[in-house]
Amino acid sequence: MTESPSPTSGVVVETLRAWNPKAIAEVIEYRGETTIVVPRELLRATATQCRENAKLHFNLLTDATCVDRYPVEPRFELNYQLVSISCRDTVRLRTRLDGQNPVVDSLVAVWPGANWLEREIFDLFGVRFTGHPDLRRILLPDNWEGHPLRKDFPVEGHRDTPVSRDMFKKSAPL
Amino acid sequence: MTTVETATGSAKTMVLNMGPQHPSTHGVLRILLELDGETVLNAVPDLGYLHTGIEKSCEDKTYSQAITLTDRMDYLNPLGNNLAYCLAVEKLLGLEIPKRAQYIRVMMVELQRISSHLVWLGTHAIDMGAMSVFLYCFREREEILKIFEMFSGQRMMTSYIRIGGVALQPPTGWRAAIERFLKMMPSRVDEYEALLTENRIWIGRLKGVGVVSSRDAVAYSMTGPTLRAAGLAYDNRKVFPYSSYQEFKFDVPTRMESDCYARYLVRVAEIRESLKIVEQAMAKITDEGAIKTDAPGIVPPEREKMKTEMEALIYHFKIFTEGFSPPPGEAYVAVESPRGELGCFIASDGSPKPLRVHFRSPSYINLQALPKIVEGQLLSDVIACIGTIDIVLGEVDR
Repeated sequence: MTESPSPTSGVVVETLRAWNPKAIAEVIEYRGETTIVVPRELLRATATQCRENAKLHFNLLTDATCVDRYPVEPRFELNYQLVSISCRDTVRLRTRLDGQNPVVDSLVAVWPGANWLEREIFDLFGVRFTGHPDLRRILLPDNWEGHPLRKDFPVEGHRDTPVSRDMFKKSAPL
Repeated sequence: MTTVETATGSAKTMVLNMGPQHPSTHGVLRILLELDGETVLNAVPDLGYLHTGIEKSCEDKTYSQAITLTDRMDYLNPLGNNLAYCLAVEKLLGLEIPKRAQYIRVMMVELQRISSHLVWLGTHAIDMGAMSVFLYCFREREEILKIFEMFSGQRMMTSYIRIGGVALQPPTGWRAAIERFLKMMPSRVDEYEALLTENRIWIGRLKGVGVVSSRDAVAYSMTGPTLRAAGLAYDNRKVFPYSSYQEFKFDVPTRMESDCYARYLVRVAEIRESLKIVEQAMAKITDEGAIKTDAPGIVPPEREKMKTEMEALIYHFKIFTEGFSPPPGEAYVAVESPRGELGCFIASDGSPKPLRVHFRSPSYINLQALPKIVEGQLLSDVIACIGTIDIVLGEVDR
């Protein structure tokens, strides 16, 4: 399944570079997919540009996920998968966060669909999103300890930690 | 039902707890509904009851072992899950799949789409009070499950699509079985439509209910029939074709109304389109030919070779003890599942186990628009809205 790089990926990089040269830290081409690495501070501005710029028009955020590269620092890698329905193009935005302070701007203001995706990342990786309207755990119980998809969380869980008794009693606030 | 104090509730409103064991939530979904009389003011979905940590489990398995886990996410679309996962691994490895295997994959996935839509139609009709449609839909679904059993030995959790191709050669008599199904099915779809499309109760429950504008649908990352019912012909099989879908002739049904009734019409039309694709795929699949790519060390050798050739035995041993190691890198593949865009993101660090496997499950993403859709609707319409978003909780919670 080797594919040639998407024909418009050059346009995306050029357009973003023309807007703000600092927005692109690195461009990775692998297996026909374009990944644009963005500095953490510029993530929301770049995302807004990707959505609003008429040349790009990435109106659909299909996926957002995190990769934990522990013990390498910066350990967290956030990947946002964008699709432009009108241009039939796709690109991935990536930003890297260190383990000490994994905080990044929320993209809910840009794509409302980022809401649950970011909640899932918060729940399973412990990455915090500033400006998120409702940053609560989504898959795990509210009083769960730790973030299971981190690499330093054992696959079988912390066996020696007693399960707290009221784990399933508390309901989600309305 | 009692009035409770809540953060947002006033004396006039009431909070109703729906689920997690409510039959119309199709699994274990809990929704907190804030009601003013019968009108929904606010809805807060609460999920995670079926969370089994499939993504974490994948990190502790070799690439080929994780296939069986993918079956169990969206249990109405196991073959589609297999396909998304295998395509992502194959993309990481840079594997080319024989055309014959690609067509077999397409045929199986489209049969799966029909069966998934049949389950949706049947259960949704029950939710709306039409019992008989359910029985008819499951009768036809049984025929598809029999075909799956013929191909793979399993009715539901088939694990038939494997890295590098498919598991087994099509069995003797497969053509006759599928031809029989293709001959029977169009008239059966007509039957469902005769029962429902003009049915006054059905129209009354669905028309004008749960409208979501195309702008909102895109903003909330909705995909699949829900997006297509809002007028956008976005289908991964057409936009970013995979597994040779570009060689098939089919239409992408769309509607403009964007209500529950439009979603019903889109899904029924999709059943008919899938039948066309199955027919074309069957014509393309030759009687003889490879079903797996020739990639020693990745695709397990045939039993016969393993018994006679030393290299084959070594490869077999290595694949099942250590696994294979794709080069470091990431790949994202999106396929069109019956519910929308099913994506699989895999990050490899060059070891035999994936660094990270993430599934972009369409049910999960589509469900987050539910509060927006049901706002201002009647309580009974919430059931119609959940139904027509078509969620599978196994996939929502993973």
